Amino acid sequence: MSVDSVFVHKMWNDNEISKMVEGGVPFPMLSDGGGRVGTTYGIYNVDAGVENRGRFIIDPDGVIQAYEVLTPPVGRNVAETIRQIQAYQLVREGKGSEATPAGWKPGKPTLKPGPDLVGKVWEVWNPSMESDD
Amino acid sequence: MSEEEPIGCARPTGGPVGQHEAEEETRQSEESKKEKSSMIQVGKPAPDFTAPAYHKGKFTSVKLSDYLGKWVVLCFYPGDFTFV
Repeated sequence: MSVDSVFVHKMWNDNEISKMVEGGVPFPMLSDGGGRVGTTYGIYNVDAGVENRGRFIIDPDGVIQAYEVLTPPVGRNVAETIRQIQAYQLVREGKGSEATPAGWKPGKPTLKPGPDLVGKVWEVWNPSMESDD
Repeated sequence: MSEEEPIGCARPTGGPVGQHEAEEETRQSEESKKEKSSMIQVGKPAPDFTAPAYHKGKFTSVKLSDYLGKWVVLCFYPGDFTFV
């Protein structure tokens, strides 16, 4: 979503993005002329008249689970967004019985929060386990 | 979920859903405006909105609440044809 019109979205998709990604943008490109939606989400940059790089992960109940906001000059890391979604999906499936430690990725051990885990996280998770080696 | 919209010369617009009263209130005082801008919190519902969209060759309209039951990534960015 940006403040550009749907007409500009079409030109951008058809003339540039479709040359970078086969088939073009697979999801809806939303238009927020005037920044009213961006203002509601707290990411509209009034001085520049554009949206900041806000990214919100919204679960199937419509609840915001995570967000990240960057100023315009620095791009995001899509892999990190996907990692967070995978972690939230796992947590949701386990109905809160599991949690994911810092740097967790699919296939890595999760944490089972409870009295027995207090002071024992070091036994099941070490920061070096973040790497794939 | 997203029917094709008739397109005229006017630029289609969308906006927050069900917040007209809240908007009126924010115009009344700066203080309530600040409260509104701090509405976004993790663990709280995402404010619903409708927005015109371009999707696979068609101009459509998207409403966030139509996606209940699915995981959604809502991404804002400064502008089309920018470099980052």
